[in-house]
Amino acid sequence: MDFLTLFVVVPVLTIIGIVFTKNMKQTRLVSAVGMSIQLVLAVALVFMYLAERKAGNAAEMLFSHSYVWFESLNINYIVGVDGISVAMILLTGIVVLTGVFASWKVDFLPREFFISLIFLSSGVFGFFISLDLFTMFLFYEVAVIPMYLLIGIWGTGPKEYSAMKLTLMLMGASALLLVGILGIYFNSNAGGGELTFNIMEIAKVKIPMDAQRMFFPMTFIGFGVLGALFPFHTWSPDGHASAPTAVSMLHAGVLMKLGGYGAFRVAMFLLPEAAQEMAWIFLILTSISVVYGAFGAIFQKDLKYINAYSSVSHCGLVLFAILMMNKAALNGAILQMISHGLMTALFFALIGMIYGRTHTRMIDQLGGLMKVMPILSVSYVIAGLANLGLPGLSGFVAEMTIFFGAFQHPDMFHRILTITAAASIVITAVYILRVVGQILYGPITNEHYLKLDDAHWYERVSTGVLIFAIAGIGLAPLWLSDMINDSLNPIVNQLMQAIVK
Amino acid sequence: MNLESFLLMRHEIMLTIALLIILIAELSTENKKSIINLSIILMLITTIVGFFPVPEGTLFGGMYQTSHMTVLMKNILNIGTLILFLQVAEWIRQPQYSNKVSEFYLLILSTLIGMNFMISSGHFLMFYIGLELATIPIAALAAYDRAKNISAEAGIKLILSSALSSGIMLYGLSVLYGTIGSLYFPEMSTAFMNTPLHTLGFIFFFAGMGFKISLVPFHLWTADVYEGAPINVSSYLSVISKGAAVFILTIVLYTVFHSIAPMWKNLLYVMAILTMTIGNLFALRQKNLKRFLAFSSIAQAGFILLGIIDGSVMGMASVLYFVLIYIFTNLGAFGVVSAISVATGKENMDDYNGLYKTNPNLSLLMMLSLFSLAGIPPVAGFFGKFFLFASAANSGYYWLVFIAVINATISLYYYLLIVKAMFINNSENPIAYFKSGLTTRIGLLMCMVGIFAIGLYSPLYEFIRMFSIGM
Repeated sequence: MDFLTLFVVVPVLTIIGIVFTKNMKQTRLVSAVGMSIQLVLAVALVFMYLAERKAGNAAEMLFSHSYVWFESLNINYIVGVDGISVAMILLTGIVVLTGVFASWKVDFLPREFFISLIFLSSGVFGFFISLDLFTMFLFYEVAVIPMYLLIGIWGTGPKEYSAMKLTLMLMGASALLLVGILGIYFNSNAGGGELTFNIMEIAKVKIPMDAQRMFFPMTFIGFGVLGALFPFHTWSPDGHASAPTAVSMLHAGVLMKLGGYGAFRVAMFLLPEAAQEMAWIFLILTSISVVYGAFGAIFQKDLKYINAYSSVSHCGLVLFAILMMNKAALNGAILQMISHGLMTALFFALIGMIYGRTHTRMIDQLGGLMKVMPILSVSYVIAGLANLGLPGLSGFVAEMTIFFGAFQHPDMFHRILTITAAASIVITAVYILRVVGQILYGPITNEHYLKLDDAHWYERVSTGVLIFAIAGIGLAPLWLSDMINDSLNPIVNQLMQAIVK
Repeated sequence: MNLESFLLMRHEIMLTIALLIILIAELSTENKKSIINLSIILMLITTIVGFFPVPEGTLFGGMYQTSHMTVLMKNILNIGTLILFLQVAEWIRQPQYSNKVSEFYLLILSTLIGMNFMISSGHFLMFYIGLELATIPIAALAAYDRAKNISAEAGIKLILSSALSSGIMLYGLSVLYGTIGSLYFPEMSTAFMNTPLHTLGFIFFFAGMGFKISLVPFHLWTADVYEGAPINVSSYLSVISKGAAVFILTIVLYTVFHSIAPMWKNLLYVMAILTMTIGNLFALRQKNLKRFLAFSSIAQAGFILLGIIDGSVMGMASVLYFVLIYIFTNLGAFGVVSAISVATGKENMDDYNGLYKTNPNLSLLMMLSLFSLAGIPPVAGFFGKFFLFASAANSGYYWLVFIAVINATISLYYYLLIVKAMFINNSENPIAYFKSGLTTRIGLLMCMVGIFAIGLYSPLYEFIRMFSIGM
């Protein structure tokens, strides 16, 4: 077995381990151990990757292995990583582990909860290591379907409605994606080769233009729905608000990144000509996502809804940057995915912890929490500052790079959109600072809050790891952006060639 | 003709012997319940013998033909029937059936013989005899609970509507016979022309087949019969009977009517859309699980047409593969409904509220079956559907695929409703914990293994594809 497949095998083994556990303590212990191994593997992968690159290995995909699966259809199980997928795997490893710690106290059907959660994570890991459209699509669906149970069973509020809405919208998106993938597959012999699902092979082929025009929107929207592309973002606020803490973390932190990752790895990389041709439509839509999401967040009263809308805005920025199609913007997009993944996970974790104590998420009922739970409150402030792009934290690095890249386009259309999107930073500051001021400072609104305790050890682990990562990227972003930068060359070349023609 | 060439008909002979043994056992034993185990053992032997290699060849001057492909199809049907027999045992042990245990097995086996002859037919007369042999006993089975009005009604409905559809089909065949002068498949395929009269004959034939597969607009009998018939008979109807009809339709379209492929492709295109959409929309509102599964199986038939429409080796392989998966999946779902119905008599969706807390294993199997029906990975249904869609895309029917995937998403909604009932809804008095009998559990376990293994184990697909034919 190759090293990358371990990322799917470890979760499966963990699930098997959980099946045999007797009580909640054993269950969460097994989950934590399994996911810690996963994180260690992810960190090891980063070092192995950097070592390989340093040793001069210039292949596009490293650690690549291919196993024949359905031979007559040329479906293979192909794994391989470049700097981008390594970064995403690291992100997933961190968020999943912290998610497990954030759900330390799940006492209703704990076994089923952790099995679904880890099953979901195996889908995400599988998605990021896949280089074959079929397996990629398979893992995508594996990552989506446990959501239904996770939100439906362990959620809060209108959970059944939200779970159904989320599942159907994401599955509807995967319907578009399926047609797109089949379209790419049956046109992948345009260069005279055989039909293939292998992404790296298809990238060498120029797919006929009319096929590209048909399948690019399908693939891009298919992934875009998961990345909260306006007007297909409506699953996101309801879904996030109703989901249990760890699921919100995983969903906003990692699952939405599947959308952005897929959009450039599949839609733009394989169908570059159509991408160049149609980018303007989606640029307008993503700009709307960015601004609309930020405005939406201002008017919300529920902490989770605020962050859900803020995620729409930030994930919209990812798609926006991808569509700018130059190296700096793409680099910023990847950084934004990672940075947003970490800080949203932190946000949702903290909201879950606050909600677990105060039993409310309404900002007008909260107040003065800084006096009662200083650790959680300080963490909340850090998450907020990262979210609004304070230098020194990861959000600044990402957004700065995106707008720097986006502004490289000399024409009016791109500049206006860039300025519009950049305006969202101001709006972000409004809703973040307003919430921080309301719930953390000021008088304590409820006597009962005085008795509340601060973070427990497992909560400190969860938030601590995330804050460490956020600050780490903010202070030393270069190794990460270098790692991403090298891997962007094939995609950028692909897109540049499309312009020349 | 010598004795050895008779062995080409091994599947039919084995089933006939099994049928005769049950008949003799029925006459000679007082303990009718021993017939249940006897039938399971006989079916097991038949299934295993079916897998021994058999030469290809024809009998009766071409009336009967066998190839690796037909053997594969018969084996698939045998496996399905074996699982059904395992699941049926507990139901049929109930006291009200004690005096007619063997009837059930006799009737089922005779329909299976009929289906086998249909699959192997090389002549429309043989085909028609097989069809009638496969249809009339099922009507008797639908009325198996004859004390219940609803079951008797189901029997009458099935026999009347299938008589009508047989009549239409026969009329179509007689038109073809009158103009071509032969009913042999090879001769017909060469003499078949794109004339209005031939097209008329074909359409009438297709309508008869559409009835068997319950394609819209020939589906109206389905829900009533499934609801009225005993659940295991509905299960047989929706899985084995439908599967066999799909096999035969595919063979006949590919071998006899290939000269008018563009015409029937258009026909299938429209019918696939209608069948999927209408089946799905009706399934949305059902509260009775038998009616629900009836409409869901109509929708699934629509998906199967996407494989047939391709007309290539890939298309046929995906149809066979999907039917194999569908057998395990749908038998899993029906098996759970049947087990619960036997233990508690409950068949409505509301009764399943909170089932997971009391019967976790049954709920899990039901959930996996439903996910497989909806086409969610990593269970087998995903692979089956993906390959069906890929076959349609292979012919360039991207919009048809698009409509199909949208329909698959709609179907996910109503499959999730049951998952929601079992896992999320709370109930004042959920179905109490019960333990099914050994045979039921073996039957359900086989479904579970199939649901997981068939998709992930790719050599099976390659094996099926090796024996598939294209136009």
